[in-house]
Amino acid sequence: MNLDEALHTFVVEARELLQNMEESLLDIERGMADDDAINAIFRAAHTIKGSAGLFGLDFVVEFTHIAENVLDMVRSGELKMDGAMTALMLQVCDHLNLLVECVAREALPEAADASSGKALTDCLMQYLGSYKAAAMPVESEARVESLGGGVESGCWHISLRFGKDVLRYGMDPLSFIRYLGKMGRIVSIHILTDGVPRLSEIDPESCYLGFEISFESDADKAAIEGVFEFVREDCRIGILPPHSKIGEYLALIRELPEDEMRLGDILVECGTLTAGELEEALKIQNAGEPRPIGEVLVEQSMVQAPVVEAALEKQKQVRESRNSENSLIRVDSAKLDQLINLVGELIIVGSSASLIAQKAAMGELLEVTSTMSRMVEEVRDTALSLRMVQIGATFNRFQRVVRDVSRELGKDIRLVISGAETELDKTVVEKIGDPLTHLVRNSMDHGIESAPVREARGKPAQGTLKLNAYHDSGSIVIEVSDDGGGLNREKILKKAVEKGLVQPDAELSDKEIYQLIFEAGFSTADAVSNLSGRGVGMDVVRRNIQDLRGTIELESREGMGTTTKIRLPLTLSIIDGFLVGVGTSSYVIPLDMVVECIELDAAERESGDNGYINLRGEVLPFVRLRELFEVEGMASIRQNVVVVQYAGQRAGFVVDTLEGELQTVIKPLGRVFGGVRGIGGFTILGSGEVALILDVQRLVQQATDRELGNNALPEIASERKR
Amino acid sequence: MGALVKAERANRAEGQDLQQYLTFMLGGEVFAIGILAIKEIIEYGQMTEVPRMPASIRGVINLRGAVVPVIDLSARFGKQATMVGKRTCIVIIEVRSDLEAEEATQVVGVMVDAVNEVLDIPCDEIEPAPNFGAKIRADFIKGMGKVEGKFVIILNADRVLSVDEMAELASAGAIAA
Repeated sequence: MNLDEALHTFVVEARELLQNMEESLLDIERGMADDDAINAIFRAAHTIKGSAGLFGLDFVVEFTHIAENVLDMVRSGELKMDGAMTALMLQVCDHLNLLVECVAREALPEAADASSGKALTDCLMQYLGSYKAAAMPVESEARVESLGGGVESGCWHISLRFGKDVLRYGMDPLSFIRYLGKMGRIVSIHILTDGVPRLSEIDPESCYLGFEISFESDADKAAIEGVFEFVREDCRIGILPPHSKIGEYLALIRELPEDEMRLGDILVECGTLTAGELEEALKIQNAGEPRPIGEVLVEQSMVQAPVVEAALEKQKQVRESRNSENSLIRVDSAKLDQLINLVGELIIVGSSASLIAQKAAMGELLEVTSTMSRMVEEVRDTALSLRMVQIGATFNRFQRVVRDVSRELGKDIRLVISGAETELDKTVVEKIGDPLTHLVRNSMDHGIESAPVREARGKPAQGTLKLNAYHDSGSIVIEVSDDGGGLNREKILKKAVEKGLVQPDAELSDKEIYQLIFEAGFSTADAVSNLSGRGVGMDVVRRNIQDLRGTIELESREGMGTTTKIRLPLTLSIIDGFLVGVGTSSYVIPLDMVVECIELDAAERESGDNGYINLRGEVLPFVRLRELFEVEGMASIRQNVVVVQYAGQRAGFVVDTLEGELQTVIKPLGRVFGGVRGIGGFTILGSGEVALILDVQRLVQQATDRELGNNALPEIASERKR
Repeated sequence: MGALVKAERANRAEGQDLQQYLTFMLGGEVFAIGILAIKEIIEYGQMTEVPRMPASIRGVINLRGAVVPVIDLSARFGKQATMVGKRTCIVIIEVRSDLEAEEATQVVGVMVDAVNEVLDIPCDEIEPAPNFGAKIRADFIKGMGKVEGKFVIILNADRVLSVDEMAELASAGAIAA
């Protein structure tokens, strides 16, 4: 793995951790605070700091370190996780996100970011400072308690008993101690000579010495242990971090071969233990039978029992979550795309194989090909499901949006999420975020009323915003609903007439009226806020949704609330299409837009200049694909009209032949044809021929543009142009 | 231009002073393209026209599941469109898009009247392109190869088949319609 890859992994992980952190913070804010959430936040910060340290990302480490310190104090209960703290931590979270994005761009944070970081750091430092100030007076008290807990000395304590053969292996005990000196300051050292035998029995090649060292260093335990790496095998090495529990010293003393009393004295001599601490240790030790260290520990200070349990529990949880992570594999989405492409090709090849089998009329071959195409379909479904992700993560992001926006608006709004486990294509999930944000903000700003108004209307003061998702006959439906004032039918109609979108005497159904708010520049809000109301939101939302081949509709009851339903296809790479032919070329029209097919009868063909036909009493404008696409050659005698419907508009496409439905894989246009309008993509037919997928919306739009004066389309768009 | 060719020459002198070229016929003239960019040569067939495209973009074909645009070289050079004959071939070429530093390649098909042979042309047998007189844009020509006393136009495939330029042409064609 090269460093770039590792860094990429860091960025991905950090983003996830920050996401978790944010979610936990929001949980806490909603009063669901528990130790788990706080621990999760702390862990996230800690992990980010650790990994950032690995890459030498000092600006991340510095900032995170301070945040982590504050979090650590929250965790230990020294600071309270109150509203101000969560708000601050959310800002910290945002800033970390910013820093991580800087890392992703391989840039250093900009000056503005750095100064906001500085401001945050100052806030955090205040917490740290105020704690220290507050902690001072109670320190002596805390110290008394700490006798049972940690010892006073801020030094490491290292017990060394070198093996007899250490010199024979070519190691010099002195050199280890000297090396240790490089990592910190050896405060005191006591040499144990108890092991030295009488002079006559001394083997000059053996080592008899032991050392008790009090050592001051910033290095961590692993680093100190590393010093003795080469002699670890045959030596006894005990390393106790600063402020270790007395019980741990006890265990150390017990492990060592020398007399216990004497060792105790040595420890005091080294300055590791104070006389008082030693006394206590011995008292504990003498109190009864030798017991496991954990028990001594717990008994020694009962208050800490829950802490130990919690720690164990935590460890277990961490392990479990690791395990569940292990069952997941991170796969580059490009690989998945490639797989789906291949499966798409397999479908095409499969269908041409069955075509040949049909032509050859070989029973056995037919049987095999039909089995194969069934299998291929299964493979396709499985491959597509690999790209499916739950929408929950997207929904959860709105907790933050709702929180921030409701603060800004001074409204009390609760977000209710359901259907979070509904799965849909990853590309769809990525693109649905922006439109959803628009809708959510709109609902909060215009939909849900302020608390006094709500109370006057007999509704609970707290407004409710719901996000819901579910599958419905091959598509996914996402609902954004609020229990606000609902849409004002009259107001919309009035505004529409004012803007000249509809005729004053037009008869419109509720649905048609509601669709009006998706028109560009349409807003009924009396005041423009910086969130919404400028009338640029909803048309963008509709366009985004249409780009995903989806539809959007509104349901509303005045005084009761509004529900926006977004209906999206499950995947973007496969569509059900309707194959038509013009001249020698084949075109695919997305099936969900096809309403019906009728024959263009002779009389209407002759009056062909009109560009519309009478469809059961309604005017249906049509486009001749042959003309639009400048296809050479004569039109066939029988011509058909495919009636399509899109966003409430109906139009006809005149084609030569109708060839029926097919399921097909969309091939992107690629760079060469990317700018071509009217064509949505390519697809490959069973015969191996390439067919073009029509972009119905654009085609209708083009036809409309071309016939400005003709007013062929009786829909709003053309009326507006007058 | 001359300096560029010289530089290329100097480059090649170190490693190989011979390069292989595929020669093909187009409107009675012989052209050559460096063989390293060529992926395969297929028979002409099953072309799908894309409506409202300039003449130089002939259409798309299905190359084992991938949709590949096909360029009519003759039309690209401003001559008349290639007539489909018995020996008409599509040469599949991998083009580097010159704008992007990363290795973005696009596979493009090129329609030619007939494919001749693969030739070894030593570097010192390649003359710099003339400023005019070749009847095609000077930046399309990489050099003039001397083969048996005759000149063969060696094309700069990346320029002739520039994806960005084609995309521009394609959208311009669509908007004009």
